[in-house]
Amino acid sequence: MYSNFSFTNQQTFFQKLRSIDYLLLICILLVGSISCFAMYSTDGGEVLYHTKNHAIRFALFFTLMLVISFINIKMWFSLSYLFYGVTLILLLWASLYGITASGSQRWINLYFINLQPSELMKIAIIVCFAKYYHRAQIHSINKFTNIFVPLVILIIPIFLVITQPDLGTSILIALSGIMVLWLAGINIKYFVIASITFIISAPFIISFLKPYQKLRILSFFNPDRDPLGAGYQIIQSKIAVGSGGLFGKGFLKGTQGYLEFLPEKHTDFIFTLYSEEFGFLGSLLLLILYAIIIYRIINIGMISRSYFSKLFCYGFASSIFIYIAVNMSMVLGLLPIVGSPLPIMSYGGSSMLATMIGFGIVMSSRIYNNQIIS
Amino acid sequence: MISGGHDTGFNKLKTINRRMFIFSAAKAVIFFGIVGRLFSLQISENKKYLTLSDKNRLRETRLPPIRGEFKDYFGNTIAGNLKVYQLHVIPEQVEDFRSLLIRLRDILKFDNKTLSKIFAKKKTQKPWETIVISENLSWDEFSKINFYLHELPGAKPVITVGRSYPYGESYTHVLGYVSQASVNDLVNNKVIKERNVPGLRVGKSGLEKKFENELIGTNSIQRYEVNAFGKRINQIDFKEGSKGQTINLTIDTEIQKLTSDLLRDKAGSISVMDIYTGDIIAMNSSPSFDPNLFLYGIDEKLWNSIKSDPLNPLLNKTVSGLYSPGSTIKPIVALSALENDVIRPDKQVKCEGKVEMYGEKYHCWKKKGHGFMSLKNSIKQSCDIYFYELARLLGVDRLSITAKKFGLGTKVLGEYFENEKEGIVPSTEWKKEILGQNWYLGETFITGIGQGYIQTNPLQLCLMTAQLANGGYKIYPKIRVGQNQKSYESIKRIMKENEIEAREEAKEKDNALIKATEEFLKVEKKEHQPLYRNPENINFVLDAMFKSTNEIYGTSYSSRIDDPKYQFAGKTGTSQVKRITEEERELDLDISQIPYKNRDHAWFIAFGPYENPRYAMSVLVEHGGSGSKAAAPIAQKLMRAVVDRHEERTKRNIMV
Repeated sequence: MYSNFSFTNQQTFFQKLRSIDYLLLICILLVGSISCFAMYSTDGGEVLYHTKNHAIRFALFFTLMLVISFINIKMWFSLSYLFYGVTLILLLWASLYGITASGSQRWINLYFINLQPSELMKIAIIVCFAKYYHRAQIHSINKFTNIFVPLVILIIPIFLVITQPDLGTSILIALSGIMVLWLAGINIKYFVIASITFIISAPFIISFLKPYQKLRILSFFNPDRDPLGAGYQIIQSKIAVGSGGLFGKGFLKGTQGYLEFLPEKHTDFIFTLYSEEFGFLGSLLLLILYAIIIYRIINIGMISRSYFSKLFCYGFASSIFIYIAVNMSMVLGLLPIVGSPLPIMSYGGSSMLATMIGFGIVMSSRIYNNQIIS
Repeated sequence: MISGGHDTGFNKLKTINRRMFIFSAAKAVIFFGIVGRLFSLQISENKKYLTLSDKNRLRETRLPPIRGEFKDYFGNTIAGNLKVYQLHVIPEQVEDFRSLLIRLRDILKFDNKTLSKIFAKKKTQKPWETIVISENLSWDEFSKINFYLHELPGAKPVITVGRSYPYGESYTHVLGYVSQASVNDLVNNKVIKERNVPGLRVGKSGLEKKFENELIGTNSIQRYEVNAFGKRINQIDFKEGSKGQTINLTIDTEIQKLTSDLLRDKAGSISVMDIYTGDIIAMNSSPSFDPNLFLYGIDEKLWNSIKSDPLNPLLNKTVSGLYSPGSTIKPIVALSALENDVIRPDKQVKCEGKVEMYGEKYHCWKKKGHGFMSLKNSIKQSCDIYFYELARLLGVDRLSITAKKFGLGTKVLGEYFENEKEGIVPSTEWKKEILGQNWYLGETFITGIGQGYIQTNPLQLCLMTAQLANGGYKIYPKIRVGQNQKSYESIKRIMKENEIEAREEAKEKDNALIKATEEFLKVEKKEHQPLYRNPENINFVLDAMFKSTNEIYGTSYSSRIDDPKYQFAGKTGTSQVKRITEEERELDLDISQIPYKNRDHAWFIAFGPYENPRYAMSVLVEHGGSGSKAAAPIAQKLMRAVVDRHEERTKRNIMV
């Protein structure tokens, strides 16, 4: 009780300020500004719609992140289930009354922003599981209820997102959740059994896929199968990255980008555009920034006293990594095309909001790292 | 003792950290996997992807090459290029095709028929293919279009180059014409296929076709940057193509034009040749047509009328027309007889107008007969009876050897004109081989006066005359000014040397062994070989031809020129088109009473000036009647002009 009192609640503002992880903050700012330049390039070297929106959102949500940071982690702990519940309701809302765009009903019109609840769910599921396993005893973790309840918590949003339909996001939500389950200490045999079941049932799952999704998987294995159709995106993306070379074609000089050969260059393929203009070295720089961010988050998890903070930081770091890895593997032709944005870099408010909320909670864990949550 | 709670807490912590460590290790592997992939794409395969990216963004447009020109001997352009103003529309780039066309119709004032034709054409084409709305706009129309261009979105005024033939129909049969490349052209000529662009015009006949690969030139290439939708963003590069080669001909436009005038309203052919250099000075066939008609695609009605014209304007009669040479063959028959020692020149034959041999009647053109004739007189007055006798003594095989030597029976210009005909110089062997029949003596008789199987084109007769006139030496006819051609003087020198050699050889005739060895050792035949055995025989024939034109009773006496500057020698010919029946012979019809198709072809071959001759010519007037009346007067006028141009030509020679 004493320690609780003296170390956490009684920190002065300057103490809190001092305990912020500045390296993490700087890296986030750097990636943010890189993303603004990339957006500027997609607008053809002018400050147009995308650049403006992106920069404003980044500034706005970065501030939000700072606000979240200064609020006690206990608060976030207690709000976890609520966050999950609200996000789930929003998801339901989107499924029922959402805005449909490009064949998928995944947005809610909130007037100032078109919110994509599935993006928020990526964070909510981690927060929710972190709280769930915070209390769980190690010997009771493999009990039936401790596996069954989280699985239900995980499957409901996945099901909702798949039916939107949005395969990419649902996979990412599933991966985020599964990783927390793994970190929480669930017996490896369950994962092994689940994987084997998945592999065996893969052909059946594929038969449930939509034709365009099947095409994407086919064209992943052989992009030249239909170079102007399903294989087009991956071919053009590889051309853009490959033609960048060591130093890149130069800022605003990426021909694949400004001549419109790149698909979805603002969102999923923003890395391709960046990589074309800044080359191997620029890409490496971005990767290193992301690596530092992930490293710092894990570090914060390690020094946090509460399981909640630990699980959240580890889970969030792993998720961020998965987002980055999936996005890059996709644009580099290592994975089939599934919609998955690159954190911070990609245009999109919901993704940015979710990421920044995540960073906020991480930063809060840092500031209140000695906070014990009972 | 550590409490159980602590123990489980510690275990839990350990599990989380251990599992995080496993994760981190996996992350590191994936991280380096992605870096490796980046490296392989951006560093190892950079070149490949750079090429692909350029292929994406760069588009090349090939512009039509500029065709080389044809020039005559004096450097006048006889086939050149002309700026043509056209109006193109690419339907894909037009929002409202119909209203654009209606607006264009109002500006250019074309009729509704043209309009519907354009709509029909649009349906057959791909939307990105150019439609040529108007192929030939006047400057006024062109500037009008440019003036209204802002309200004509999608209309493209274009300046292109078209072929022009400033001398119209005069050169049609020599040069041919150009027109849009057809599928056949693309299949048969790789160069055309390689450089083809929509609207490319290529040679369809004559020298335009022959020299296609030299004339065509190379395409200019525009490189554009395009975006993913194929829209042009900006021009990156412009590689200018080279114009096709200019081809210089030996023809003199002044003479060529004159030949057109002389043959006006007639069907026939004229060829003029330098008897030493082999330069073709003029070469024309009548009737002709204006090749400029093909520039924008010829009107079908007009084309049909040209095609169906009974006078056959599409046939280049000079090289592709085959005719019996008639009496113009007589100098060769006489020469052959002399060379083969068949007769002595003073042998007399009595002409009574007709003769009966082996149960057949053979007629002389002169019903009353010429009376007693010597060889020279028989050439001069073109006595047929004498030549029946001569042919009988000579035999067709020996005659055919001499005729072939002097250029009959082979193509004169080789491959220059793709449908040049070889003609026929008959022999017993030829008949056996081709017709599978034995030779009849009667056929020898009529071959002796240039009738029967024997067939020549006008250019062959011109060459034959030239090779007689230069003293009996081989020459090499040409229509294109070559690189290192011999001058008149050096050719003359070679001929002189050859003559001296020939005379010496004649003296040593007895020593057959030496001659045989020499011939065997002479690997390479010398240029301008003598075609005779004894030069005196040539002189005899030339003298007879001179008398034929310049002495009274000569067949072309009325067309003579007394002025020694222009004085020429010649030989008339009248070749029968159909067999004359006895009744017709009795009737002795005037030319105007015979249907056109049945009238005789009129021939005249000539060379001049007589003292020191330089030019040979052949004139053919199809169904013109007698050579002396229809063909010789043309030669007379032509000779004057050719001789008058001689000085100019010599000057030009020195310059060239």
